[in-house]
Amino acid sequence: MIPSKEEMTAAMTARHGAELQERFSSATVAICGLGGLGSNIAISLSRAGVGRLILIDFDKVDITNLYRQQYKAVQVGKDKTVALAENLKEIAPYIEIEAHTVRITEDNASELLIDADIVCEAFDKPESKAMLTNFVLEKMPDKYLVAASGMAGAGSANDIKTRRITKRFYLCGDGVSDVNESGSLLSSRVMLCAAHEAHTALRILAGQYEV
Amino acid sequence: MVSINGEKVNADGMSISEYLANTSYDLKKIAIERNEAIVPKAKYDETVLCDGDSVEIVNFVGGG
Repeated sequence: MIPSKEEMTAAMTARHGAELQERFSSATVAICGLGGLGSNIAISLSRAGVGRLILIDFDKVDITNLYRQQYKAVQVGKDKTVALAENLKEIAPYIEIEAHTVRITEDNASELLIDADIVCEAFDKPESKAMLTNFVLEKMPDKYLVAASGMAGAGSANDIKTRRITKRFYLCGDGVSDVNESGSLLSSRVMLCAAHEAHTALRILAGQYEV
Repeated sequence: MVSINGEKVNADGMSISEYLANTSYDLKKIAIERNEAIVPKAKYDETVLCDGDSVEIVNFVGGG
């Protein structure tokens, strides 16, 4: 039987404390891109009790995603937004999910991200990462942006870091490991980077802004 | 001198566009912060670097 909302809130509050749990449960976080980064970020944030997630991706689950993205073999062919929402609801049945199966562009980003307290950039292409970063920081200066660059290959886990670039812009990753050069992405290293992004989002919600 | 990605560079008086022209950065893959604020892409031409400025060029790489 699925626990009640009250039971789940009580269990999280026992661990996080009432103040922190209230900050998490009243927050809205947007996740842009639901691949290796985004699917893992979503799972961390839903487990922590973040109240509302905005999930955005135009793509469908592919067999080549399963080695590092948080989908299941039975979900191949489904929209990533739909598949991830299913998985998150199994973990956190009372989370509020707003899903958009679209490609984010400069034309629709404002509308998609307007309700977010924090925007997590979780794309794979550098052009998309740069577009979203420039857009959010220029046009939506009240948002916090958590982005990622450099998590490919089999380099050390300890090279993955979080840096605070400006007051509202955090950057996770090793900064240099490009999938187009190394040719590989390991699930564990992508998860590390996703965990940095999720942890940064939770720290911002907790009012802890230094890295 | 201007601090760019932690290195002291003699770029005083150069616009960001002029500085970038001598580098290999791909304009489509970067974001630039100057003295704790993002520099809008439309302002790279008119933003002139000054002695003491601190600049970070974030060069995004693929993978996610």
